[in-house]
Amino acid sequence: MTVANANPPKPAVRRPLVKPDRTALLVAFFVVTSVLLLISHAPDVMRNLGPFGDVLRNKVVEALIVSLFLANVLFAYLWKAANWAKLLVGAGSLLVVLPWAGRTDTSLLDLSIQIMIFAALALGLNIVVGLAGLLDLGYVAFFAVGAYTWSIFASPRFGEVLKYYGSNPGTTGSGTLAIGLVLTAVTAGSMIFIRSLHGRIAPTRASNLSFLIAGFGLLSGIILVGRSILVLFAGSAEAVANGINPGFFWLFLALSIMTAALVGVLIGLPVLKLKGDYLAIITLGLGEVIRVLANNLSLYTAGSQGITPIGSASVPWFNGLAGALGFRPDQFYLLFLYVLVLAVIALILLVNVRLDKSRIGRAWVAIRDDEIAAQAMGVPLMQTKLIAFATGASFAGVMGMIFAAKQTFISPESFNLLQSITVLSMVVLGGMGSFSGVILGAAVVTLLNLRILPGLGEASANVSWIPQEVNPANFNRFIFGSILVAMMLLRPEGLLPNKRVARELHHEDDQEDESGDGNASGLEAGGDVYSAGFATTKEDDKTGGDR
Amino acid sequence: MIKTTTRPPTSGLSSTSILEVDALTKEFGGLTAVNSVTMHVPERAIVSVIGPNGAGKTTFFNMITGIYAPTRGSIKLAGRELVGMRPDQVTEAGIARTFQNIRLFSSMTSEENIMVGRTCRLKSTFVDAVLRTRRFHETEAEAREAARVMLDFVGLSKWRNEIATNLPYGDQRKLEIARALASTPKLILLDEPAAGMNPRETEDLKALIRRIRDELGVTICLIEHDMRLVMTLSEYITVLDYGTKISEGLPHQVRNDPAVMEAYLGRGAAAGEYGKEEAST
Repeated sequence: MTVANANPPKPAVRRPLVKPDRTALLVAFFVVTSVLLLISHAPDVMRNLGPFGDVLRNKVVEALIVSLFLANVLFAYLWKAANWAKLLVGAGSLLVVLPWAGRTDTSLLDLSIQIMIFAALALGLNIVVGLAGLLDLGYVAFFAVGAYTWSIFASPRFGEVLKYYGSNPGTTGSGTLAIGLVLTAVTAGSMIFIRSLHGRIAPTRASNLSFLIAGFGLLSGIILVGRSILVLFAGSAEAVANGINPGFFWLFLALSIMTAALVGVLIGLPVLKLKGDYLAIITLGLGEVIRVLANNLSLYTAGSQGITPIGSASVPWFNGLAGALGFRPDQFYLLFLYVLVLAVIALILLVNVRLDKSRIGRAWVAIRDDEIAAQAMGVPLMQTKLIAFATGASFAGVMGMIFAAKQTFISPESFNLLQSITVLSMVVLGGMGSFSGVILGAAVVTLLNLRILPGLGEASANVSWIPQEVNPANFNRFIFGSILVAMMLLRPEGLLPNKRVARELHHEDDQEDESGDGNASGLEAGGDVYSAGFATTKEDDKTGGDR
Repeated sequence: MIKTTTRPPTSGLSSTSILEVDALTKEFGGLTAVNSVTMHVPERAIVSVIGPNGAGKTTFFNMITGIYAPTRGSIKLAGRELVGMRPDQVTEAGIARTFQNIRLFSSMTSEENIMVGRTCRLKSTFVDAVLRTRRFHETEAEAREAARVMLDFVGLSKWRNEIATNLPYGDQRKLEIARALASTPKLILLDEPAAGMNPRETEDLKALIRRIRDELGVTICLIEHDMRLVMTLSEYITVLDYGTKISEGLPHQVRNDPAVMEAYLGRGAAAGEYGKEEAST
């Protein structure tokens, strides 16, 4: 311990802070930014403002106004203010002002949807990386799975697939359907049986092998059933020439969650025995595998050409409501998606918070802190990690589907490695393990990439004294990267750090102090050295590694 | 709820074994770290495993707790075979442990650490947590109660909301024990619990270990280098050297066993006065 820290440690984070009440400031900020946002997205009004209108039309200024406006929500969350003010600002920003400004400029709605989709991805990845400490570099794969789950069925692709099976039925028919169903039932039954057996007796090589064989049987059964169904329904190819009934949208919201979670488990099962760098590399590889599959399974995914047009839900009552509020018919759809995404992300946030404060959330953090100790305390490693993987994947899955419906076009290129890295940078930038942090990270990164940096490029392109070679428009990624590096140097715990992570970083600082202190020798040696306050969080092979 | 029934202290060893380790062997490649060790731990006893550095004590513990799979041999807890179980299943079966180098969850408070220790006894599921069912609230309350009881038991109530790794060293050791006890084990394995402690802390620890046995009825098996602690606390001692059991018995028998002195002090010293003195301190 350093001299300064000699007293029993009371970290600064825990000191009760008396925050000033900022109700008035919050409301004032809300009003000002709302007015600015509404003006800057109303071309008619700006035309009458003369030079001030020109300033507002500047892309950088516009991007800043949007950012400031979104900061309303952040401040409503962070500042100490009356609850009515917080509610007013939060709900007013997201439910009233933003859609209203989007009425005259749909790109604003588009941007908000994009931010929220990324926020959901960041929240999902945050469970895997931030809470459970499993570095996943292939996270976008689950996003792709969700997107393709809906796209294949809700586009002309489905008709094409049925047509293909109609002309190539092979030996498949109702007979194989029956066989497939029986095979599926039998193998699934035996897998469940072996599982329950393993609960009572220790697994043997024979039981493990039969479990594996049953697994293959189950897979072939499912493929057989799927193929038979496709062949049997080939006749209705014409009926679904433009994709299935939009009414299935709601069913597929659930299906995309389940499919992505299932893929999460299937990818997780073989890789989650690995740790750290190894896990990162193999998830990176598997993420690419999903993208390459999308590229090569061209019957289903149309390969690199991509799937288009992708249908979406039709909600007449919502259209009626939007019409009554003065939205144009071509904006109905975007507004609907905006509200849907807002609802989904609220739900995701709720699930996140509840899981965090439960047995499972504690188990995740325990695994992140010390895997061996966690397991020795009775945390089932594989199961807990798989839950983290599947939960994270399911968030990505549902947002992938909404993303596909919004874009009406997806191709494997929408799901490349850069996307995974971007989401990871949101998590790290915002603060690993902190829900508000990763949402902020998503907003900041998306705003930077979609508005601020392009706006900067566009604005500086017309400035005569900036040579074309150093135009920021050509250095978007460089500037983005520099911001990340600077963040990591100045504030490694993220913008809105998780309390635990902050505490841990502080703790590590303390430790560095200690080890520079000379007193720390004999730390590991044991013996009779009186060593108050020492703790080692280092891995120690003596206590055992992986099985 | 945590078992807090007070039972009278045992006098003498019970005849039934809670843990039966038979011919346990672990080979790492060509190296035999533990060689056919047999050890029976009587119920509600305090037993020690001692031996020079590198004798295979921790490997022995790691096999019992499922971290290493034994090459050969069997481990039975109250008649139930443990070989082949994962560490978390072993914990659920009733063996808890602490670590030689403290392994607390460094970003959690003392209370949360103990709540994790309770995990395997909590029955709430993912769905319970998301939907906040009654079962969820019950298990949370149970975990919190377990933490409260255990913090009280080891005398760390004042540190309840303090980050575990901010605690004084001796208290971290106690917290690790409390975390292990939260799983209501039948047997607790303590890997060098007194390492790095000063004599006063060691005395505290000794009293705590006795109370774990007497008040909670938990059988205790410890690895320890502090001979004074081992000799005054243990009712039965097993000595390992180079992975082989070289001696076992009551403390005074082990202390006077020439094989043990030889292992600790070398062949020459074993016969001399110095050896006796050292072994009896």
